[in-house]
Amino acid sequence: MNHIEIAPNIYWVGYVDWDVRNFHGYRTQRGTSYNAYLIVDEKVALIDAVKPGKGRSLLEHIAEVIDPKKIAYIISNHTEPDHSGEIQKVLDQAPQAVVVASEKGKIGLQKYYPGNWNFQVVKTGDSIHLGKHLLQFINTPMLHWPDSMFTYLPAQKLLFSMDAFGQHYATSGRFDTQVDMDVLMAEAKTYYANIIMHLGSIVSKTLKQAQSLEIETICPSHGVIWTEHRSRILSAYQGWAEFRARPKILVIYDSMWHSTEQMADVLADAACAAGAEVKVLKLDVNDLTSLVTEVLDAAAVAVGSPTLNSNMMPTVAAFLTYLKGLKSKGKLGVAFGSYGWSGGAVEQAAECLQQAGLEMFGETISCQYRPDEETLRKCRLLGTQLAEQVIKKTK
Amino acid sequence: MGKYRCLLCGYIYDPKAGDPDNGVEPGTPFSELPDDWTCPECGAGKDEFEAV
Repeated sequence: MNHIEIAPNIYWVGYVDWDVRNFHGYRTQRGTSYNAYLIVDEKVALIDAVKPGKGRSLLEHIAEVIDPKKIAYIISNHTEPDHSGEIQKVLDQAPQAVVVASEKGKIGLQKYYPGNWNFQVVKTGDSIHLGKHLLQFINTPMLHWPDSMFTYLPAQKLLFSMDAFGQHYATSGRFDTQVDMDVLMAEAKTYYANIIMHLGSIVSKTLKQAQSLEIETICPSHGVIWTEHRSRILSAYQGWAEFRARPKILVIYDSMWHSTEQMADVLADAACAAGAEVKVLKLDVNDLTSLVTEVLDAAAVAVGSPTLNSNMMPTVAAFLTYLKGLKSKGKLGVAFGSYGWSGGAVEQAAECLQQAGLEMFGETISCQYRPDEETLRKCRLLGTQLAEQVIKKTK
Repeated sequence: MGKYRCLLCGYIYDPKAGDPDNGVEPGTPFSELPDDWTCPECGAGKDEFEAV
């Protein structure tokens, strides 16, 4: 994609990655972009760089606007290599440029890159004058790394928000007004669920902090720039940070010989009949990225696992490990499954759900080999009661 | 004197060790950390910590 002037003398010079489908385990079904921005003034600043290997495109985009030698500052809002990976390549062209980062950012960049970079450490309240453009810095630790910071341009009412408000969404348009809003919000939700869900308290604090800023444009490090629809993403973040839930029950399971599958179906049908929104998600056909996106606004998660070699099925264990790290709040958990001779998986799943912060609802249900009528009755009852509870809870 | 874990990044505050880099003497209980003390790893406030 070509460079584009997004505001007077402010350019998008990043890279649109149409092909990436696995971003450190996150399934990026629509690709992504690594957004770098160039501010041309008496002094020239580059805001972030791009993923390793995409530096040629970055430098070409910069060179279409100015001579890269003129870059005075490289602002590193976030240390992660998809934004810092090609800073060295820019420094090769502009060796005098100062790398501006938070204190943690400097530490991280020094660990990642051996070069003897000229750093300027900034913190909340610090600013840099480029000429007409004033850059103000706001530390946003753990949104989503310790080094993270925002760069704000008060005169332009423009916020460079690094990964916050981002989306893994490769597009030819650079603005929210140029894409399908439903797809954009779905990708923003997937991004939040997988990258930011566990940091809800920090998101709420940051949103409160941001209320004091006049913001008309939000430029994230991935995906499109928020302009007309900025209030939509800000209010969506507020709702996600508070874990606002729908009366939605997820039945997430794997199965070896259809027994746990039968239990899942019976529980799901009963919950559906009782009026809940239900999604039945088998682990061998659903990726973790989409599963935790469903978790974000679900009221309950019912997990089914057969016992395999005295343990949960690895697919179930992987999902629960991922879920544990994302620390969802206010959700109910249910565990069920079948076993052959010695069980264990259902109890392990229940323990994992509790460790993940879910409140267990009802008794766990286990059965040997095949669910008999009594087991299926229990599954039906649990599905019905769970549905009644989530409907009550989300009213 | 109990240890406390940062809920955001996992850092553990050990009162025996304190946080000398940030002026907290070894032997300082979590409850006696200054109100403006923040997690040395990620900057989270004291309210983001839980007892281990």
